[in-house]
Amino acid sequence: MQTTTSDSATRKAPGTRSVGFTVNGQRYRLNVGTEVGEISPAHTLSHTLRETLGLTGTKVSCDQGACGACAVIMDGKAVLSCKVLTVECDGTNITTIEGLRDPKTGALDPLQQAFVDHTAFQCGYCTPGMIITARAFLDENPNPAEEEVKEALSGNFCRCISHYQVIKAVMSVARKGE
Amino acid sequence: MGRDYRYIGKPMQRKDAVGIVTGAVQYLDDLKFQNLLHGKVLRSPHAHARINKIDKSKAEALPGVKAVLTWEDNPDWRGGTPRNVPVLDSKVRYVGDAVALVAAATEDIADEALDLIEVEYEVLPAVFDIDSAVKPGAPLVYDQFPGNVLPGGTIAFGPSSLKGVVMGDVENGFADADVVAQGAFGYENLPNALPPEPVGAVALWEEPNRVTVWGTSQAPYMDKATLFHVFNRQVEVRTIGHHVGGSFGTKVMCWQVQAYAALLSRATGRPVKVFFTKEEHMAAFTLRIGSRIHGRVGMKKDGTLTAIQGTWYVDTGYYSFTTQAQVAVGSGELMIMARCPNWDLRSVVVTTNRNASGITRGFGGQELKCSFIPLLSLAMEKACLDPFEVLKKNFVKPGGGYYWRDGNWYQYRGIDYSPAMDKGAEVFGWKEKWKGWLTPTAVNGTRRTGIGVGVHGNADVGEDTAEAYVKLDNNGAATIFLCAAEHGTGQKSNYARMVAEVLQIPPERISMTPADTLVTPFEFGPVGSRGTYAIASAVINAAEDAKRKLFEIAAPKLGADPQELETADGVVFVKGHPERSWKWKALGFDRTILGWARFEPDFTLCNCMMSFVEVEVDTETGQVNLLRVVLATDVGQIIDPQGLEGQLNGCIGSAGIDSAIFEETVLNPRSGHILNANLIDYKWRTFADLPAMEHVVLETPIPTHRFHAVGVGEIATSPGPSAVLMAVSNAVGCWLHEYPVTPQRVLRALGKLGNATNVGAR
Repeated sequence: MQTTTSDSATRKAPGTRSVGFTVNGQRYRLNVGTEVGEISPAHTLSHTLRETLGLTGTKVSCDQGACGACAVIMDGKAVLSCKVLTVECDGTNITTIEGLRDPKTGALDPLQQAFVDHTAFQCGYCTPGMIITARAFLDENPNPAEEEVKEALSGNFCRCISHYQVIKAVMSVARKGE
Repeated sequence: MGRDYRYIGKPMQRKDAVGIVTGAVQYLDDLKFQNLLHGKVLRSPHAHARINKIDKSKAEALPGVKAVLTWEDNPDWRGGTPRNVPVLDSKVRYVGDAVALVAAATEDIADEALDLIEVEYEVLPAVFDIDSAVKPGAPLVYDQFPGNVLPGGTIAFGPSSLKGVVMGDVENGFADADVVAQGAFGYENLPNALPPEPVGAVALWEEPNRVTVWGTSQAPYMDKATLFHVFNRQVEVRTIGHHVGGSFGTKVMCWQVQAYAALLSRATGRPVKVFFTKEEHMAAFTLRIGSRIHGRVGMKKDGTLTAIQGTWYVDTGYYSFTTQAQVAVGSGELMIMARCPNWDLRSVVVTTNRNASGITRGFGGQELKCSFIPLLSLAMEKACLDPFEVLKKNFVKPGGGYYWRDGNWYQYRGIDYSPAMDKGAEVFGWKEKWKGWLTPTAVNGTRRTGIGVGVHGNADVGEDTAEAYVKLDNNGAATIFLCAAEHGTGQKSNYARMVAEVLQIPPERISMTPADTLVTPFEFGPVGSRGTYAIASAVINAAEDAKRKLFEIAAPKLGADPQELETADGVVFVKGHPERSWKWKALGFDRTILGWARFEPDFTLCNCMMSFVEVEVDTETGQVNLLRVVLATDVGQIIDPQGLEGQLNGCIGSAGIDSAIFEETVLNPRSGHILNANLIDYKWRTFADLPAMEHVVLETPIPTHRFHAVGVGEIATSPGPSAVLMAVSNAVGCWLHEYPVTPQRVLRALGKLGNATNVGAR
């Protein structure tokens, strides 16, 4: 695997593989191995985000790629982080739910604010995945029809039925894009 | 309506809103524990087997493994109702039953160790359904329960715990009837509510007999009470709750995963985390009870019920935790919807070799009613009666009454819900759409639409005790001490809102303690419909108690009687004389005020929900499409408009209305394996398939609540499934009596499929 170079890369032992990627604007380089803090080749991105980097805003529900709870934005696309191996993430740019706030002002992303204003959640466990999925979708389709929003979110599992309020929240942001 | 509140009924940002949308809110698996070990469960591949031998030596030898425990290591810890289910046993009773526990440095090592445990099973014959379980000579799930029938009643509801309803004289009642209908009707598919957050626990044992358990249940104080008994009343238990990623009742039954973590921590001296995989969540965690009534109902031509007779069979799977309690509450709930002078309704709780059942959205009533309404529908059809009118007529009215869970009769002193039902029918357009029984509302080629209606009410709004403290600080702030874990209803924010209203300080000035039994007084948990009436009343009265104590301190300073005082924004003043005031600040930094209250159960009130549904059935494919849902209710006073909207929308998914359309766990009837224990094969409703949804919410004040409100979130879903069955039957023109109404069942009802093709359907 090709890796990008960084200062930390010079400290690792010869022959050791490492993975470098950016999460929420912060660059990380992690060695591949079995020691604490290292990345096993079997680790999923969701595991690395939560257990190694402490970014627990990304939720794991099914861990089978079927529910959308673990969605993160990778290079502009929403991906299921439970179905991506961390060793495959070299050179990628990742945004998690923790990274949506404006880094300078701390202001909520307009979509996060819309979820707050519409109480577009109940238990909240699926919410980070919903917001991430909707954010990546709106970035590509700033003025979608409601049916397109429903289609975009149809892989996101929610049992409280926050769907109706989520659609209102997403559409309120979409309209602002007009 | 018309009341001038500062916070009640106003749109308000939930206190945890920013935390939820930024990922900062912590659910149990988000917490960090020093020195943590990971626990895993070895599960049985057989539905019924004796464990003749377990060799754990290879697993124990794996580097990183800290403990491997089998039934021989279980210190007789037992749970269930009756308390006959060992945490680990020498016999397994369903595919997925716990055989051994492993604690290891990582999850991967623990998983690897499971594969190294060698078990010799002696496979036994098994029973998977009510009929085979009660057959003479059937294999016994427990040797001590002949006929696989569990003892009825639960000690939790006292010595006269309701096991059915017997009153009047049913034979006289049937003699008075103009029409009689009878038959067997079930609601036997086994949906899983499947909250997105997995089920888990972390435990830390401290010798000799203390354990702290961090759980995923929404009722942490009841976890403590349950575990106290599971651990044979010899262990000091502290439980701590967190944000809960959905429960729908199911996570009340977390004692097993908690006991696994505790047993492993006891063996290792380190904190141990056990979280179920999705497959375990779906195949080894709470399912709905199977419900079937063999019954007879008598009715007069005007819809007056004259007699209800029958046996309610309840399949609880391999053990019961709350099932007898659900039978008690469910029987009472049937009385609430079916005013009738003559009853002979009995119950039989059956145990079978499948995963256990418990609370899944409903608490008995939904399950019984979804079986009973199809029977009632036959009577209504015979009498040519509009089901809306019959359901409205027979729902409990002021002056009426019912037996409730403790076996006592309660005179109903709530409101008449008929206006809410009428308004719902009007919004839905029931009168225009209703064309008679087994008659579609419209036919468009192969597509037919049909309508159905259901009703539900629950007198659990005031069930069980709740205690709360409210502390006032001199800085004009208050703290609520309450053992409440936010599980999605937004009630923690609403308790702050209600205290804000009592004390007239902004909700932002109100904090809440963690749900920690070391800190808070007793609280039963947000179960049933009790959150708004029972729990909130304790919180409100604790705030009132604190306010009273504040006024006692302020009165001499103001030269007034405490009764003459009022407070707002951290200032006490004489009513009508705001210039005669005294600031909370004057309490001084070294004094706080503590109010306390306890809510005592009150079963004289109930809530009500009527569901109207419209479905479209494709008679060529058998596909049922839910077009529209209208819910009608009266909440007394809306506390939280957005939260209420969410709760009502929740009627469809998570084993709700969709349990009539496609949601079910599919059991292999020969091996007992669950065939769809993953989120791809288990059907769930997506954004792309949402029905039109409307809510009719009236506000007729409930006099006995400080803010005149009752909760309705629990029952949003309850009347829906039977309404779907009714609607589909009307659409296709013949009766469908099995849930869910799969394309296969629809086509079979239409005579387009032979019985031979009924593979996989129950």
